Amino acid sequence: MIEAQDIRYSYPNKVEALKGVSLTIKDGEFVAIMGQNGAGKSTLVKHFNGLLKPSQGKVLVDGVQTTKSSVAALARNVGFVFQNPDHQLFSETVEEEIAFALKNFGFQPEVIEQRVTWALNLLSLTQYRKTSPFLLSGGERKRVALASVLAWDPKTLILDEPTIGQDHEQKEKLRQFIMQMQTQKKTVVTVTHDVEFVAECNPRVVLMKEGKIVADGEGKEILTDPALLELSSIVLPQIAQVFTKLAPLGFPKDIIDLYEAKQIILKAKESRNLK
Amino acid sequence: MSVFDGLRFRKVYSPIHNLDPRIKFGYVIAIFVVAIIFYQVIPLLVLFFMQIPFVLLARVQRQWLRSLRGAAFLATFIFVVNVATTYFTSGYHLTAFNVENAAAMTLRFVVLVESFSVFFLTTSPDHLGLALEESRVPYEFAFAFTTAVRFVPVLAEEAQTIMDAQKARGLELEKGGLLKRIRNYVPVLIPLIVSAIRRSLELAEAMESRAWGATKKRTNLYLLRLHKGDFGLLAITVGILVVAVYIHFFVHIPTIASLF
Repeated sequence: MIEAQDIRYSYPNKVEALKGVSLTIKDGEFVAIMGQNGAGKSTLVKHFNGLLKPSQGKVLVDGVQTTKSSVAALARNVGFVFQNPDHQLFSETVEEEIAFALKNFGFQPEVIEQRVTWALNLLSLTQYRKTSPFLLSGGERKRVALASVLAWDPKTLILDEPTIGQDHEQKEKLRQFIMQMQTQKKTVVTVTHDVEFVAECNPRVVLMKEGKIVADGEGKEILTDPALLELSSIVLPQIAQVFTKLAPLGFPKDIIDLYEAKQIILKAKESRNLK
Repeated sequence: MSVFDGLRFRKVYSPIHNLDPRIKFGYVIAIFVVAIIFYQVIPLLVLFFMQIPFVLLARVQRQWLRSLRGAAFLATFIFVVNVATTYFTSGYHLTAFNVENAAAMTLRFVVLVESFSVFFLTTSPDHLGLALEESRVPYEFAFAFTTAVRFVPVLAEEAQTIMDAQKARGLELEKGGLLKRIRNYVPVLIPLIVSAIRRSLELAEAMESRAWGATKKRTNLYLLRLHKGDFGLLAITVGILVVAVYIHFFVHIPTIASLF
């Protein structure tokens, strides 16, 4: 469980990025943190593995205050995948890249071997095992970065902008992967601008603006509230836009799921005898 | 990264900022030369304090102090090494003169840092490029130089992100002995270098698509012209050099120890 209690944070250049944020993320939850650029999303999640320590207030990860623990110790339970894979890839082969963290955490060589194989397989990278990560495409590098974190099987996974630069197929794989994590009762926190991706996953949504949380609730609820989204410069998901337009005809407004939308339209077709 | 902070330009307007960069650079070089000529504490102290009016006039005292603080570690190092080597080479014997000598070496370094810091703090990268160009440096080199200067803060920020990303993968930079600690930086340096190279290639493409180098003779929107203040600084520079050379050859400089 991650608990942020009224945290404030100012960068060394005196910019106050968080102005009193309280948030509790329970084990097994899937949370999307959204909001415009500079809202403090990344600053907030960097508190969850101790990369940043609050100037005021406190952050507890499984009851341990982050100021009393090292990043390395916290990282064992909280995996953080950075937005840009190029900020972390440095090894000669993909295999070594994935083993890096495992070595840092002091896993036994046999275990490392086994975990690397598992992670490569999970993200369909097995064929690149001995390839240099620098020779891979952007999307593949992103997957290597993800694999290098998943390899140590952290309890909580933080994904900073995981969908940027990914094609639809990769996004879909990522979505399925997150769902799989969910079935294993893992906590997933993602920072994202990708409203369609969030609509498809339908997680709990935390909306931030200017260093504060302005809304926190079910995706379905928040992503269909035009006033709230406009406040954070986010557009409604396309399905929600359609249903907002259809509302005068008696359709419900709070629809973001494609399957649900299809059912409603089919039902309407039957009842009105449309073709 | 505090040493870099002392070199980072911030847009402020002051009489010092408006000075011609070429003259200012000449002044810095003059201070540089004078600091090399003298190896006694007293003239170096005078040089040190001579910069302070410039700093105050340019209103960059905070950043300037920060760059001095950043240099403090190296300065201490220079002092300690100087004292230690004279101590060991002179047969475990230390005189006030030796210590003063070490202090002079340290002060020389501090004077160099402070004058360069004033120069970079008060000169915009654009001005710098212009100055190079008007001093007949080929435009390609001038551009490469200003770009390099401009990217220092960007790289510093990127280095921070990379360190965060690796720390999130369990890297402990401060762990282990000296050698291990140096090795700890490999996972930071490689991504930093790779991304700098990638960035430079992207920049080159972006520039070529905006017709970089299309004409042999470029014109400039802004031109450098000498004003009254520039001639003033030029006079000061020449004055400092003349006085320094005179003192060096014709005046005996007492050591501090001999004054007591």
